[in-house]
Amino acid sequence: MSDYRQITADGLWHNNVAFVQILGLCPLLAVTNTAINGLGLGLATIAVLLASNLTVSLIRNWVRQEIRIPVFVLVIASFVTAVELAMNAYFHDLFNILGIFIPLIVTNCAILGRAEAFASRNGLLPSLVDGLSMGVGFALVLVVLGGLREAVGFGTLFAQAELMFGSAADWLTITLVDDYRGFLPAILPPGAFIGLGLLIALKNVVDERRAKRAPKPAPVKAQPIEESSAEA
Amino acid sequence: MLPMLPMLPWRNMLIGAALLGAFAVVGTGMVTLTHELTEHRIEENERDALLANFHAVISPESHDNELHTDRIEVRDELLGKGVVDVYRARLGDVPTAVLMTPSAPDGYSGAIRLLVAINHDGTLSGVRVLKHRETPGLGDKIEAQRSDWILGFAGLSLGNPETRGWAVKKDGGDFDQFTGATITPRAVVGAVPRALLYYRQHREALFVTPAIVEVDEDDHEPWHGDDHE
Repeated sequence: MSDYRQITADGLWHNNVAFVQILGLCPLLAVTNTAINGLGLGLATIAVLLASNLTVSLIRNWVRQEIRIPVFVLVIASFVTAVELAMNAYFHDLFNILGIFIPLIVTNCAILGRAEAFASRNGLLPSLVDGLSMGVGFALVLVVLGGLREAVGFGTLFAQAELMFGSAADWLTITLVDDYRGFLPAILPPGAFIGLGLLIALKNVVDERRAKRAPKPAPVKAQPIEESSAEA
Repeated sequence: MLPMLPMLPWRNMLIGAALLGAFAVVGTGMVTLTHELTEHRIEENERDALLANFHAVISPESHDNELHTDRIEVRDELLGKGVVDVYRARLGDVPTAVLMTPSAPDGYSGAIRLLVAINHDGTLSGVRVLKHRETPGLGDKIEAQRSDWILGFAGLSLGNPETRGWAVKKDGGDFDQFTGATITPRAVVGAVPRALLYYRQHREALFVTPAIVEVDEDDHEPWHGDDHE
């Protein structure tokens, strides 16, 4: 049981895809100018990560070493294409905004990384838990960074929520400052880098504080699931 | 597996290749299946999005024909590079307006694809931006949802304002530029009168040319995005 807790804690915090592994930066930095954009890409990534971890774990004993990477890539690419089509069909407006970054989920090496480092060595259930927690960890960073940039840049939160949840979700949109003039740098790419940097720093501060408070060997850091070093 | 080839040195290779091939087949099958399931819905979405754009610039009452099928393709330097879609609005059989998708080639980051609706008498019914890559926060004020600027075109025509007025204020014309962005509005203000001029020169032909019959709807893109990433 504590095994699963460990996997979840790793995915959400200790080994977070965006904060610690620093993977998937291209979509992360590019789409997070609003919280809803971040959420859209986050959910799509979770779907792909779950499906690919599930499949890879199921086939792990049949796939020979030599062809394992191409098979994983194939599995991931198929799922991404399916998710892309489904989003085009059911979240058309959001799909238009996220555009090229949906197909580019294929190149998010966090997904291949989890397939290679975890799902290909673990059973079905742990792989699913790993995919879910890694995906949720990544999506949370997307939403937080998106919300941060949106709040500073546009003075709103969850604007255009109707793209995702239909017009019933208008109430989600919060205008923080009326008649806000906007702060462009937060929306442009530099804002993404600065915002992510600040968030990572914040995480490190929190970790340090915790380590100080508990002088005993703090909760052992996740057992190093060896990370794939391939950066796409 | 493959008991017929017990000892051959390339046995492993064959098994690997066969496995890889099998996965490719399954993967392709899955994508094909999803495509089949979503195809219809995606087509509907694209048509709805197109019609929503159209009805932002002409009133639904101004036509009773199926706008998205009454389409021809034209090519002219006045309308920018490449093929430009022209949709005809008719009430009964009387032509009421055209919707064109010309592009302004001189945007700050590439071409800006416009939707220009021109009433039969040559006045502008409305202008919108379909696709652009202008700087967020500066140039994107040409979008109707970000500022009212683009709405100001409605009702104008060649001669109203005079030729000299079809420019941003910085260049001595009648149109506002944006703080920090002149190139983007300049490009749009340049492209709109060119579309009007094209319309004036080709009005009769535009309405008479028979509509294109869609042969294969699958590959049809509503407005030919010649500027994919």
